[in-house]
Amino acid sequence: MTDKQITGSSKAHRNGIEALSQKRNISERLRYIWKLLWNDKSGLIGLILFLIVVFAAVFAPMISTADPLDQNLKISKMPPAWHEGGSWEHPFGTDPLGRDLYSRVIYGSRVSLTVGFFGVLIAGGLGMIVGAIAGYFGGRVDDLVMGIINMILSLPYLLFVVFIAAVLGRSLLNIILIFGITDAPIFARVTRGEVLRIKELGYIESAVCAGARWPRIVFDHILPNLIGPLIVLSTFEMSAMIFYEAGLGFLGLSVPPSVPSWGNMLSDGRLYLQQHPWIATYAGLAIMFTSLGMNLLGDWLRDVLDPRRRRARK
Amino acid sequence: MLRYFLSKILQSVLIFLGILLLVFAMVRVTGDPAALMLSRQVSQDDIEEFRERMGFNDPLIVQFGRFMSGAVVGDFGNSLHYKTPAMPLVVERMPATVQLAVTGLLMAVVIGIPLGILGGFKPGSIFDNLGRLVALLGQSVPNFWLALIMILFFAVRLGWFPSFGRDTWKSVIMPAFVLGLPILGRIVRLTRSAVLEIRDEDFILTAHSKGLELQTIYRKHVFPNVAIILVSVIGVSFGYMLGGSIYIEAIFAWPGMGGLLEQAVGWRDFPLVQAIAVFTSVVVLGLNLLTDVIYAVVDPRIRYDR
Repeated sequence: MTDKQITGSSKAHRNGIEALSQKRNISERLRYIWKLLWNDKSGLIGLILFLIVVFAAVFAPMISTADPLDQNLKISKMPPAWHEGGSWEHPFGTDPLGRDLYSRVIYGSRVSLTVGFFGVLIAGGLGMIVGAIAGYFGGRVDDLVMGIINMILSLPYLLFVVFIAAVLGRSLLNIILIFGITDAPIFARVTRGEVLRIKELGYIESAVCAGARWPRIVFDHILPNLIGPLIVLSTFEMSAMIFYEAGLGFLGLSVPPSVPSWGNMLSDGRLYLQQHPWIATYAGLAIMFTSLGMNLLGDWLRDVLDPRRRRARK
Repeated sequence: MLRYFLSKILQSVLIFLGILLLVFAMVRVTGDPAALMLSRQVSQDDIEEFRERMGFNDPLIVQFGRFMSGAVVGDFGNSLHYKTPAMPLVVERMPATVQLAVTGLLMAVVIGIPLGILGGFKPGSIFDNLGRLVALLGQSVPNFWLALIMILFFAVRLGWFPSFGRDTWKSVIMPAFVLGLPILGRIVRLTRSAVLEIRDEDFILTAHSKGLELQTIYRKHVFPNVAIILVSVIGVSFGYMLGGSIYIEAIFAWPGMGGLLEQAVGWRDFPLVQAIAVFTSVVVLGLNLLTDVIYAVVDPRIRYDR
C-alpha cells in the first residue's frame, strides 16, 4: 500500500508505536496519545461517546432524575418534555408502567457495559489460553482445536445464542456466560494466528536456546506482544455483545423484565410503537451511539496498534 | 482438486454431527428437559406423563441413539405447539426467508459494490466518505431498532410501504433493506480495501503503461479480482442473515423461519427450535461448502495453497 491510500488518518499516527516507544515518561506518552487522537477526529469522537456511556454507568444514581424502578400508573406513557403534555420532570417521558425513561436509559448503560466488559473478559481469557496453546504446539492439538473453533464459527451465531438463552433463562450471569463462551473462538483464532507469526521470530528462538520452558515462552514472551491486536478485537467484540444483548432483550430473553436495560426497553416500546413511539426511541439511540462510539474507537485503535496494519502501510 | 473437495465435504459432515450433538445436549443441559418445555402450571402427573411420552426417562445413551437416528432423516419429533412433525413446518417457512435474504443481499450488492469501487478509486472523495458513512452505520445501527423506526416513518407516517405481512411486492422492501444493511456496510468496506490493494499490483501498472483506458482497466482487471472476494462475503452473509431474520421477521410479521423461531422460543416448543437450528445449520454448511468450491474454481491460488 502507498501513502496516498491512507485516508482518515494523519501522518503522525502512521508510526504510532515506534514514536510512542521513544517517549520516556508517562506525561510525554499521554501527550503523544492525545496528539494522535486530536489529529484523528473520528477516533476522538469514538472515545468521547464511549466515555459518556461509562460516565452514565458509573454516576447513574447522581445524574438520573428518578428511581428507574418507580412505577406510577397515573403518569404512564407520558410523552417527552418537548411534546405537548410532557413535563421536564420526565425529560424522555415515561413507559407503560409510568417509569421515568430518562433514568432507565441512564441505568441501562450499566447492564450493557457489564455484559460487554465481563463477556469480553471471559471470552478473551478463554480464547487467549486456547489459541496460544494451539498456535504454539501446532500439530494435532492445533488441528483439533481449530476444527472445533471452525465448527462453532460456521454455525448461525445469533440463532444458537437465542437457543441457549431460551434454555438457560433470564439472568445477567447467564447472559455474560453465554457471550463469554460463544465468543471465545474468535479470540482463540486471532491469538493463534498471532502466535504462529511471533513464534518464528528470532527472539523466541533465542529464548528456546537459553532453555526457557514453554509456559515461560508463551506467557512471558509471546502473549505480551498480542496486547495490541487483542485490545482492538475486544473493542469490536464488546460493541457486538452490547448489540446482541439488546437484541436478546428485545426478544425477551436477556436480563429479567424488571431490570432497566436497553433491550428490555425496546421490547416494552415495541407494542406501543404507533401511538407512543418515544418508549422505544431513546433506548435505540443509546445502543446506536454506544455501538458507533466503540466502532470508531476500535477502528482508530486498530490503525494505531495493529502491527500488521502498520506493516502494510509502509 | 478432487482431494480438496473431498476433505471439505468430510469436514462438513463432521461439523454436522457436532451440531446434532450440540442440539441434543442443549435441551438437556439444565438437567430436566420436561420442566424446560412445560409451563409452571402443569401438574406433577402431567409432567410424568410428558416425560414418559418424550422418552426422557430412558438412559441418556438410548435417548441419544433415538435422537440421532431420527435426526439424520430429518425427524425431530412433533412440534409441541402444532402437534405435527417439526421439520416440515420449518421447511415450509424457508422460501419466505430465502426471498427476504436474497432481496436484501441483492440490494447490498447493487448499492455496495459501486460505492466501494468509487471509494477505492478515489479515497477521500464524496463517494468515499458516503461509503464509509454507510459502512459505519451498517455496523452500528441496531437492526431491530431501525426496523421499528422505518415502520414508524415509511409505513405509519408516509404510508409508502405496508408495515407488516407478505402481500405485495412492496412488503419485501423494508425488511429486506434492514436485513441487508450490515451486509451492505461490509461489502462497501471490503470492496474499497480490495480496490485499494489491487490497484497497486504490477499487472495494473502494466495495464496502465500499455495505455489502456481507465474504464477498461477497472472493468477487465480490477473488477474480476473484487468479485472473488465477494463470493466469500456472500457465503458468510447468508448465515448472518438467517440469524438476523429472527428480529426482522418478528417485527414485520414476515411468515418465514426467523419469525417461527421467535414464536417457538416463546412457546417453549423445543423440538421445533431444534429442527430450526439443525435445518438452518445445514443450509449454512451447504452454502459454505458451495462458496469454497466456487472459490477454488475461480481462484486457482486457493487450491494450491492447502
